[in-house]
Amino acid sequence: MGASVKKEFFGEKQLSGEELSQKEISEKGEKAEKAAVEPMAVMERERVPQDKNSDNIVVIHTESLTKTYGDLTAVDHLNLEIRKGEVFGLLGPNGAGKTTTTLMLLGLTEPDEGKAMIQGLDCTRNALEVKKAVGYLPDNVGFYGTMTGRENLRFMGRINGLDGKELEERINSLLERVGMTQAADKKTSTYSRGMRQRLGIADVLMKDPDIIIMDEPTLGIDPEGIRELMWLIRDLAERDGRTILLSSHQLYQVQRVCDRMGIFVKGKMVACGTLEELGQQISRDGVGTVELSVYPDNVSLQRILKEIKGILDIEKNSDMYVIHSAFDIRRALSKKLTEEGYTIMHLRQAGSDLDEIYRKYFEKAGEKVG
Amino acid sequence: MKSIGNTLKRQVRKLGKTSAQTMGAGTDARTENTRRVEDIRMGGAGNQAKTNGNRRYHVLKVLFRKETAEFINSRRMILFVILTALITVSGFYAAVSGLAESIKNGNTATDFLFLKLFTVSANSIPSYNSLMALMGPFIGIFMGFDAINSERTEGTLNRLVSQPLYRDQIIISKFLAGLFISAVMVFASGLLIGSVGVITTGLIPTGEEIARLFIYLCFCVIYIGFWLAMAILFSTVCRHAATSALACIAVWLFCAIFVSLLAGIIADALYPVGGGDMQAMLNEMKNYSCELNLNRISPYYLFAEAASTVLNPGVRTINAVTIAQLSGAISSNLSLGQSLLLVWPHLTGLAALMLAVFAISYVSFMRQEIRSR
Repeated sequence: MGASVKKEFFGEKQLSGEELSQKEISEKGEKAEKAAVEPMAVMERERVPQDKNSDNIVVIHTESLTKTYGDLTAVDHLNLEIRKGEVFGLLGPNGAGKTTTTLMLLGLTEPDEGKAMIQGLDCTRNALEVKKAVGYLPDNVGFYGTMTGRENLRFMGRINGLDGKELEERINSLLERVGMTQAADKKTSTYSRGMRQRLGIADVLMKDPDIIIMDEPTLGIDPEGIRELMWLIRDLAERDGRTILLSSHQLYQVQRVCDRMGIFVKGKMVACGTLEELGQQISRDGVGTVELSVYPDNVSLQRILKEIKGILDIEKNSDMYVIHSAFDIRRALSKKLTEEGYTIMHLRQAGSDLDEIYRKYFEKAGEKVG
Repeated sequence: MKSIGNTLKRQVRKLGKTSAQTMGAGTDARTENTRRVEDIRMGGAGNQAKTNGNRRYHVLKVLFRKETAEFINSRRMILFVILTALITVSGFYAAVSGLAESIKNGNTATDFLFLKLFTVSANSIPSYNSLMALMGPFIGIFMGFDAINSERTEGTLNRLVSQPLYRDQIIISKFLAGLFISAVMVFASGLLIGSVGVITTGLIPTGEEIARLFIYLCFCVIYIGFWLAMAILFSTVCRHAATSALACIAVWLFCAIFVSLLAGIIADALYPVGGGDMQAMLNEMKNYSCELNLNRISPYYLFAEAASTVLNPGVRTINAVTIAQLSGAISSNLSLGQSLLLVWPHLTGLAALMLAVFAISYVSFMRQEIRSR
């Protein structure tokens, strides 16, 4: 019974989503073209394959969004575009302004400058309309401890105008989808953190949102829970066509689940794009890291390495050197080492995984800021 | 069949949304218009989405229900019932044991005896009315001291404000739910005393007595409402529930004890009496009025004065009266209308205080930024 209900419910959603996108393309195509004033935005749009047209609709859009608290600029002229059906990761350390950004998108905080638009609605002035379309899963989500999980969901559903049979059906299908049917009738004060997170997702889905914003969804959950969560997030984006914006500082998870990501440092977005693009951007910007191991590994090696132009820093991890440089030095390096009579055992350009990309952006931003 | 209908409705709604989006590129006025048109169309299509006013009411109702249910299911409810029961039982005991005594001694007039159930005290036990004046604030503080900040620390508040509701609905529903529960409690305890009093004493209340009792109980609700508003204010301002509870108790102690002490000191300083000279004799009246007016700043005093006037028709005046003013006055009870006239300023004052305090908490809540815990 539950499964068939679920299928029907989500199938229906998809159907209307497809039909809608057809209409939206014809209506919004022109507007989207005009809106793309920034060259960067145009570039990004061109990269998207033409047959996946629905991805072209920008649902979240911010324009020099700024928020200051006293002297601190939490968000600094943020320009962001997120397209329909995309999973976008907002990456950054604690205090980078990720939460402030999400609050402004929900109209919970007024920006000092610029504006945020969701589905063409101004987030500050049409906060109510925006909140109808956007589900928000806060960091460390909480529930009313005296009520059961089911009662909590029922309450949220009622606030969103659901009632009667439709409400109960949706509660059941969502509980099943997040795997919480067993614990649904226990009081939420007894829930573990992972259970609360799963119930939180069901809670967000109660209003059937087009857009979901998640704040640090993976925090404090065990690896298996994270894996399930990531699968669920992808499923929400791919099967239901929902747009998901998630903020995190846990890189590996984000790397696995996001289509695109933006790196956030001190209120500024220092980079934005797919993982490959970020990697390319880094090497374009001239910061490279090379892993090197040579034979023989002797004292004069360090002296020789230091003679090579462009090397910023050399680290030694056991038998491996990690060399940071201002540009690609592999050619110069191998030439020099061969001339000096060394044998290169290992030479690899590092920087293709998110951790390294992330670190480099921080180094770069750190240099710029101070 | 039904699911097809639902699909259609959903599509209509989506289409409406899309058209609103497209228009979003234009001026805001146009967007507003589009939405209004959309609303009308939705209504015409028999869509379940409610119109704005209806929806507002609906959300308030849902929140109100949740607040009430949550309070009734909480452990605090047990304490709350115990507190009210204590007030009721000891008040009633005081009345029944004190009533016969005071009639025998000739201290009490024998008319409006039914109302005496609420005002007569025994040797050591205070009357229901003074118990209510003293303990009523606790009921209010009890229900409101963690209204906002517990939701904040539990992490439910930011989930709530991200729902399609107006933020003020949250605080209004909390206030109304608290007021509702305290009203139920006050009326239950008042009517219980009344009915058990009828059985034990055999006194039959007259229509006027019932009306006076009703007005008195309404007074109690407003009085508790003031303390509820005060507690909600502190729960909005203070981050921790413990801090707000302490702050509430501090205000309560100040109003119940220190205001009267301070009033005496200030009145004596402004209009010294007891010097034995002519000026001191002239000051006597001013001193008393000054002290009385300062005392009335405290809602505790305001309530006690108003309650005793409403419950006792024999109270003919609440201000200082000279002997000259009294000459020629007929010693009789005041009618209900006249008693009400006497305490009307108290009633409006108390209600205004309640609303003012609630307004402050409302504004501070609306201006707050709600982040995760």
